Parts: sequence; C-alpha cells; structure tokens
Amino acid sequence: MRAESMHRRQFKGNQRLVTRYFRQFDLQMMVIPGLLFIFIFNYILMYGVLMAFQDYNIFEGMAGSEWVGFKHFERFFEDPRFLEIMRNTIVLSVLKILICFPAPIILALMLNEVRHMMFKRAVQTITYLPHFLSWVIVAGFATSILATDNGSLNMALEKINLIDKPINFLSIPEYFWTIIISTNLWKSIGFASIVYLAAVAGVDQQLYEAASLDGASKWKQIFLITIPSIMPVIVIFFILEIGNLLNAGFEDLLLLGSNPVLREVSDVIDTYVYRVGISDGLYSYAAAIGLFKAVISVGLLTLANQLARKSGNSLW
Amino acid sequence: MLKLTFGDRFMVIMIYIFLTLLAFVTFYPFWNSLVISFNNGQDTMLGGVTFWPRDFTLDNYEIVFQDKRLVNAFMISVARTVVGTILSVLATAMLAYGLSKKELVGRKYFMVFCIVTMFFSGGLIPTFLLVRGIGLMDSFWVMIIPSLILVWNMIIFRTFFQQLPKGLEESAKIDGAGYWGIFFRIVLPLSGPVIATLSLFTAVFHWNDWFFPSIYITSENLIPIQTLLQKVLNSNTVSSQMSQIDAGAAAHMGKAANTVTGKSLSMAVMMVATLPIIMVYPFVQKYFVKGVLIGSLKE
Repeated sequence: MRAESMHRRQFKGNQRLVTRYFRQFDLQMMVIPGLLFIFIFNYILMYGVLMAFQDYNIFEGMAGSEWVGFKHFERFFEDPRFLEIMRNTIVLSVLKILICFPAPIILALMLNEVRHMMFKRAVQTITYLPHFLSWVIVAGFATSILATDNGSLNMALEKINLIDKPINFLSIPEYFWTIIISTNLWKSIGFASIVYLAAVAGVDQQLYEAASLDGASKWKQIFLITIPSIMPVIVIFFILEIGNLLNAGFEDLLLLGSNPVLREVSDVIDTYVYRVGISDGLYSYAAAIGLFKAVISVGLLTLANQLARKSGNSLW
Repeated sequence: MLKLTFGDRFMVIMIYIFLTLLAFVTFYPFWNSLVISFNNGQDTMLGGVTFWPRDFTLDNYEIVFQDKRLVNAFMISVARTVVGTILSVLATAMLAYGLSKKELVGRKYFMVFCIVTMFFSGGLIPTFLLVRGIGLMDSFWVMIIPSLILVWNMIIFRTFFQQLPKGLEESAKIDGAGYWGIFFRIVLPLSGPVIATLSLFTAVFHWNDWFFPSIYITSENLIPIQTLLQKVLNSNTVSSQMSQIDAGAAAHMGKAANTVTGKSLSMAVMMVATLPIIMVYPFVQKYFVKGVLIGSLKE
C-alpha cells in the first residue's frame, strides 16, 4: 500500500519533470547544442579510444575491426625505443618543473621589488609578449639565432673568441634539451608570472611594515613573509604541473627537433604517437600509446592531489 | 619609507640589472628578425646584422606580398580567427547561460557530463579518426568545429553569469522577455569584460594554431599562414644550403633576385604572421591580466 503510493508519487513527480522540461523548452534549447557537441567530441571519442584494443582497419571502421586485447600495449613496452622515449619524456618534464616552474615565481618576486612603475610596466609588457606568439614563430626565432650562417649566438661566441667556427646547435643532440628548456622559459616566464604577481600583491602590507620595524632585511622579508604567503598558489600550480608530467611538450619538440639526428633525444610519447599514428598510419598502435599516457596522467593527478590534501591545499 | 640598508640596496640593484637583461633577451630575437626582414638578403649572409639594418630594402616584403599563396593563407587565418572566435564564444556562452539557471531540469547531471571531459582526453589518433569519420577532413570548418566549445571557458562564463545581479533579468521577465531575449539583450551586453577576455584567448589560439591544419588540411588554398610558415621554415632548416632555390623562385617574380635569400624571405613571412598579434597586444593587455586571474580563481 505504502509502496504503491510512493510509486504513484514518483510517477507524478516524473510527469511533473517532463511537463517542466517542456515548459522550459526554450531554456533547454540553449544547452542542447552544446551538450550534443560535447557528446560527439568527447564521449564518442572516449568510445573511439577502444580502438587501442583492436587491429583497427580503416575501411571496416571500429565495428568491423578485430579485437586483439593488449597486443599494442605489449608491443610498445617491447619497442626498442620504449626506454628512450620514456626517458626523454620524463627528463624533459622534470627539467621543465625544475627550471620553468620556479622561474616565473622568482620573476614575480623581483618585479615586486621594482618601485619605478615605468620600468616595471616595460619589463612586464616585453616578457608577456612571447606567450602570444605561435610555436612556429618562436621556433623560427630560435633557428635564426642559432643558425650557423650568421646566427646571432654564433656571431657573439666568435667575437669573444669562445669558438673559432660556427656550431650547428640544432643538429647536435647534446645541446637539444638545453635549447628546448631555454625556448620554453623564454616563451612562458613572463605570462606565468602574472598569477604569482597578483598573489604577491595580495599579501598584507602591514606584515612588511612590522618586519622592517623589527629590522628584517628585504631578503629576509621575501623568505619569511612573501613566499609563505603565496605558498597555497604555488602548491596548486605545482599539482597541476605533476598531473602534466607526461606532457613533455609537443609543438616545440616537433618544430625544433625536426632534424632526424635529434630523434634519440627529441622523441617523447606525444611526438611518437604523432609519428607512428599520423605519419606511418599505425592507428591502433598509436592510440594504445596515447591511452597508456592518458591513464598514467589521471593517476598522477590523483596522486598529486592526495599529497596536496595532506598539506591542506587540494584541487578537489 | 624606511631607509634601505646596504644589503637591500645591493639586492635591488641586482634585480634591476637582471630584469633589464631579461627584457633584452626576450626582445632581441624579435628585433633581430625584424631587422633581417628589412635587410638585403645577400648582405645579411655576410654576417654582422644585429641591431640595425645595414642595407635597408623592402624587397623581401614586396615578394611576400606578391606571393598569392601567402596572401591567401593570411586571409584564411583572418577568416578562421574571426569566424572561429565569434562562434566559439557564442556557443560556449549560450551553454554556460543555460547551465547557470537553477531551474534548468537536469542541471546537475549536465554539469557532471561537462566536467568529466576535463580529466580525460581521447588523444590525437581517435580525434583524427573522428574528424575524418564525420567528413570534416580538408574543409574550412575543420578549423572551427572541433574547438567550438571549451569546457574551461564555459565554467568561467557560468561563474560570471551567476554573479550578475538578478534584478534586471527579473524585470525583463516581467515585461515578457524569454530566456533567449534576456540572454542576447541583457546578459551578453553586461558581460563585456569576460567576453573580451575569453575572445582574446580564443582568437590567439585560432591565429596561432598550425598543427591541426597540418594534419587535417591538404588543399593548398585552405592552409592558414602559420601552417604555411612552418612549411617554409622547415624546408629551410632541412637544407639551408639549398635556400637559393627560394631566391631562384624570386627571380621569376621580378627584379629582386639578387637581394633576397631564403632566410630574409622567411623572416619577412614571420613578421607578417606576427604583425596582427603585435598590433592588438597593447590594447588587450589589461584584459588578459584580468583573464588569467578569473581563470586561476576557479583553480
């Protein structure tokens, strides 16, 4: 008896929901196209990822292709280049975390000490700009500066007699990581400092006044007031960075590492996926490598968040 | 202001020196390329062109602007940026507005539906095959449609819409306006700053994207400028000694054969591809600073 009336209420509730839905149909019309779009480009895509477990046949599509389990994953782990690619991915990522992550924080701390507003604005305007240039342009600049035929770097090094003939920087594997990290730093340092600069500006000024009355030097104030105050922001961005550990770069590596002699140091997971997938047409194999990366990335992000939760600054 | 101690003063001086150096290092590659693009190519090959053109010429640009392929690529980029930005911002804002309404049936589920997509991406290959599967390959729309809705921007829009004062919407509702009327006539005009910020970032993405056209587009007349530039630069680095070929092509085009080289031409193309960004940059600075802060607030 009771259950029946609850059922009836539920039914009435559903009916009301349907009426409400159609009564606000103009509102629903605003979200339907967007949700449909997300369904196609994200959910159908997630289904498409399953091709990593097939021998994808381009003429048959997914429905007609044979399921092969973990074959492509195993093939990647046994690939003679597997270790090299993982090494490049992790080394480049870690170098970016060690150098490109703290650099904008330091820049923000420095800009905060500048009292001449004109100078500060000029430095900001110039250093923010590279963020808005495409990697094609940035790689073009780098290639031009590093060129053997009258690139500025070779000219400068020759002038101060450090070298007697030009070095072809972009064809020597030993230099590649340095070049990638420098260009990334060049492109990102200014723009990434905006967030930290805002955080620094939000620090209570009375703390500084009290500290300088106590005779603390600026150097001490930075370490005892500024950095601890902006720590939550730093931690959050650090977590995001850890979640991105396998995104070691893509466009920069494709463009600056185009010389085949650099493959041993320039191929990371993403560029390898591009090469075997798009260039060689090994779709299932490339999709498997991509899925391998995506799964590890989700894991890393969860792990980093757990660490952050312990420090009281979690993302979710 | 308290007096600075010696150590503090030393630190401040070091900071000024360092920042000046940083500004120089950031600016120099850009300036040097600009200088080379205005210098006689053969003269540049002799070396030593750094801060100022030694043998000023406009020949590089003359050849660039005579090249139909380049002008066409530039126009494709302009069209893509304008159409892509307008459609993407409009579609994203519309979804965000709907999802900002508490009375929307299914709102909670729709939000989860959207947010899940931020944590897992399908990857390059499935995306490539999907785009090919729905027949977008080698069309102008392949540069617009796959990036139409960005969930991240949607969340920023939604947060902004939720903070708008309710009074105006209520009174419009009493006057008989529907959701669409309110959205276009009241909400959008009130959202100037957030629209400007998100349009800026979307436009920069569209202008700078070279990779997707390089895999999706095969027709020469649909290639945007960045993708074309990448091809030009790439053919240059692989065989820099063969760059005379470009000069040979230039000879076909007219007088400038003995003043341009592959390098001087590439620099001119690079400047043309950068120019629109440099031109709007001073006017939008305040918007992107604001935009970064709205974005990071949510994080």
